[in-house]
Amino acid sequence: MRRKRLATVIALGAVAALTLGACGDNAPPAGGSNGPAANNAGVGKIANPSSEKGGTLRYVNQDDWDSLDPADTYYAYSWNFIRYYARQLVMFKSAPGGEGATLVPDLATDLGTASPDNKTWTYHIRKGVKYEDGTEVKAQDVKYDVERSLDKDTYPNGPTYFNDFLDLQGYTSPYKDSDPNKLGLKAIETPDDYTIIFHLKKPFAAFDYFAAIPSTAPVPPSKDTQTKYKDHVLSSGPYMFDQMNPGKSFTMKRNPHYDPATAPTRPPALPDRIEVQLKVTNSNDIDQRLMSGSADVDIAGSGVQPAAQAQILRDPALRAQTDSAITTRLWYSVINADVKPLDNIHCRKAIEWAVDKTNLQRAYGGSVGGDIATNMLPPVIPGAQQFDLYPTPDHKGDLNKAKEELKLCGHPDGGFSFNISYRAGRDKEEATAKSIAESLSKIGIKTELHNYPTGDYLKLYAGKPSFTKANNIGIMVYGWAADWPDGFGFMAQIVDSRTIHQSGGNSNLGIKDPKIDQLIDSTLNEKDAAKRNSIWVEVDKQTMSDAYTIPGVWAKGLLYRPKNVTNVFVTDGFSEYDYLALGTTNK
Amino acid sequence: MSAPLEVSSGETQAHPEAALQGMRGKAIQGRSLGQIAWMRLKRDKVALIGGGIVILIVLVAIFAPLIVSLVGYPPNEPHTDYVDPNTSTPYGAFGGVSSHFWFGLQPVFGEDIFSRVITGSRVSMLVAFLSTLLSVVIGTIMGVVAGYFGGWVDTVISRLMDIFLAFPLLLFAIALAGALPDEAFGLKGNNVRIAVMIFIIGFFNWPYIGRIIRGQTLSLREREFVDAARSLGARPGRILFKELLPNLMAPILVYSTLLIPTNILFEAALSFVGAGIRPPDPSWGGMLADATKWFTVMPNYMLFPGLAIFVTVLAFNLFGDGLRDALDPKTR
Repeated sequence: MRRKRLATVIALGAVAALTLGACGDNAPPAGGSNGPAANNAGVGKIANPSSEKGGTLRYVNQDDWDSLDPADTYYAYSWNFIRYYARQLVMFKSAPGGEGATLVPDLATDLGTASPDNKTWTYHIRKGVKYEDGTEVKAQDVKYDVERSLDKDTYPNGPTYFNDFLDLQGYTSPYKDSDPNKLGLKAIETPDDYTIIFHLKKPFAAFDYFAAIPSTAPVPPSKDTQTKYKDHVLSSGPYMFDQMNPGKSFTMKRNPHYDPATAPTRPPALPDRIEVQLKVTNSNDIDQRLMSGSADVDIAGSGVQPAAQAQILRDPALRAQTDSAITTRLWYSVINADVKPLDNIHCRKAIEWAVDKTNLQRAYGGSVGGDIATNMLPPVIPGAQQFDLYPTPDHKGDLNKAKEELKLCGHPDGGFSFNISYRAGRDKEEATAKSIAESLSKIGIKTELHNYPTGDYLKLYAGKPSFTKANNIGIMVYGWAADWPDGFGFMAQIVDSRTIHQSGGNSNLGIKDPKIDQLIDSTLNEKDAAKRNSIWVEVDKQTMSDAYTIPGVWAKGLLYRPKNVTNVFVTDGFSEYDYLALGTTNK
Repeated sequence: MSAPLEVSSGETQAHPEAALQGMRGKAIQGRSLGQIAWMRLKRDKVALIGGGIVILIVLVAIFAPLIVSLVGYPPNEPHTDYVDPNTSTPYGAFGGVSSHFWFGLQPVFGEDIFSRVITGSRVSMLVAFLSTLLSVVIGTIMGVVAGYFGGWVDTVISRLMDIFLAFPLLLFAIALAGALPDEAFGLKGNNVRIAVMIFIIGFFNWPYIGRIIRGQTLSLREREFVDAARSLGARPGRILFKELLPNLMAPILVYSTLLIPTNILFEAALSFVGAGIRPPDPSWGGMLADATKWFTVMPNYMLFPGLAIFVTVLAFNLFGDGLRDALDPKTR
């Protein structure tokens, strides 16, 4: 027995010796990336095109949907996927690149017609569109789902654009509706079964984007099971739900009553079956499954994890199967003016100058992960302008300028401290927080990192002003992707101070400037898209000169495209693969 | 870890070696328990190696800042020039191991793994030692009291031990770490978390040692010297602490040495699941957790913190085993 123990020690020593023996002196090679990062066969064009029908397309999801109910969903991938089983009035065109960001009618016969004041919008519904049970889709069903989406107590997840813009006259929910057909909302008229008219309380010139929100998909009032409806949404699209294991998996099969003749703007539905696995908790595992061919699409669509990225970049064969999707997502951090002394703009500006942006880019995987952001609006959004109010050499930060601002702020040596919050389990946000803390330590600002549960980050923590103030959270690490690729779709929810509620759940983490609010209002009635865009650039400039945000990275997603998936392309409408067009060679 | 150690006191018994020497007619030298134990320990090379490593690791933990300032880089200092920004992994073979960075670099920002492993030992050692101390103090007092007084006192304490042993400790620790305030008990930030880890690990592990001490006390209290003390009118306090406690030192010492490695593992587990100290400060468990994400492309990142835990735990166990053999030869 003794001998055995001695042997263990010797073996251990051998391991240590081997380890140390591997040490050598290798100087760092000059920096720089190694060749093009991605093959990009699916960017701007269609990779592996095919019109062959049949087979099973297998999706995997690290988490679960917020909800499959068209009235209650806000994830980009969900809006992309929902077109399989729901037809909203308008949708993003199923086409590669920038064309995918244009709107085409889906359930409607055409895009909306506006009244001269942009307050009344009319759509006509296609005839002959049928649900999976064979009944025909009516304009009233569309109205009913919009009514449902207004009820944020029952359906908290979806966007609030209809709540904010429709002339509700106090209407709150179809479940509190005195009308016997539950269609009492005056803001939406349905003069006949194929016409729907929206009345807004303030003008909105780009209403077609609202009409592309999934809550304009039809839900017949007689089939509404409220919160249980998400377990079997009545399909109006090419696929219907088959087996459903909530929280685990579901499958879809073809909707026998779907008629492609009623869907001239849609691509042919290729696969016979769709399988979705939920809560595959390890995202590294998802990447491995994609690369080994045992899964087809990571539904989150935000790209592979760092480990897989490193693996792909080292292997030309893997790299040939990748696309780098430029997204409308900005990874940024908000400086909280509620925390002293950050209420002083000079202290905020000191932070802007001090931050080393190359390290923020590193946090998100280098140039493959995204481009260094110097302002808010992602360049992929039409009309966006790139500018830099805090230009520093190579984006590495300028400590002298930072110290000058600190002097103006009355803290020449820093000497104050606060906390930095980020979402637990998000390694890239943790790295961002680490890097900001490191930069700030150089100008004498002490910070501590705090993570909070991702699911409640906005509701209870970073998105709740009383919490951030009480917990001395001076910087909140965050990220935002456009609801649709235009200035309003990106900026409206994150810089408009009127969207901040003391009760929490805010997407605007503390940007408060009346000038910004005024500029936003001036975009609403502007019919000319180019003029609208230029006002959004003004909003962007104002936000940056107020020094409320530290833009980090305009994200790119390194998407892996397994060989057996056909018709693959990235659409700018969602910055993901267009799920509607995908086919498969798996039988 | 729950297996009770069968440690019985050999102190009041005749020592066969001593008797043997006496029979050979040489001058009889009285030797204390400590001397005999040391003699035995000296013969146990494995235990000595273990003990040597233990001392080394403790010294490393104490002088970590000095070591790091002499031969490493500050544990949170980024070395981005040495890391490929796109793959996030260090340039060079084996995770960037070089004469500058002996254990290589961490992915993304390139922190010196050597410095982090060295600095990380402080948290491990601090938590392991102090929580062991806490367990031993509570366990000894409760064990001695239960064993000596017996009756309803024994019943109450024994049931209390059962309750504590049934406690889902890891889950409790994770839940508590999530709800921790930033400042508490006059401490701030990571110090709060270290204090809480010490409390959780120490406070909930005392029944293991408590049971052993109780068993020992049960047998000791019937001994003549206890009877003698009692008949001379000694109060219970004196009997407990002056008569019984010195005779319990051997099992306490042995058990402490064997409890420390368990607590090191427990601390690493807590840090691994994110209930330990917060980033960017290093801990072995936290480094391991981070390394699992990079395992496929950078296996060496996992190697060094893993090796640190492995060597430390092994050394403590070898030393503890040897100590038990030396102090208590009957239990072999």
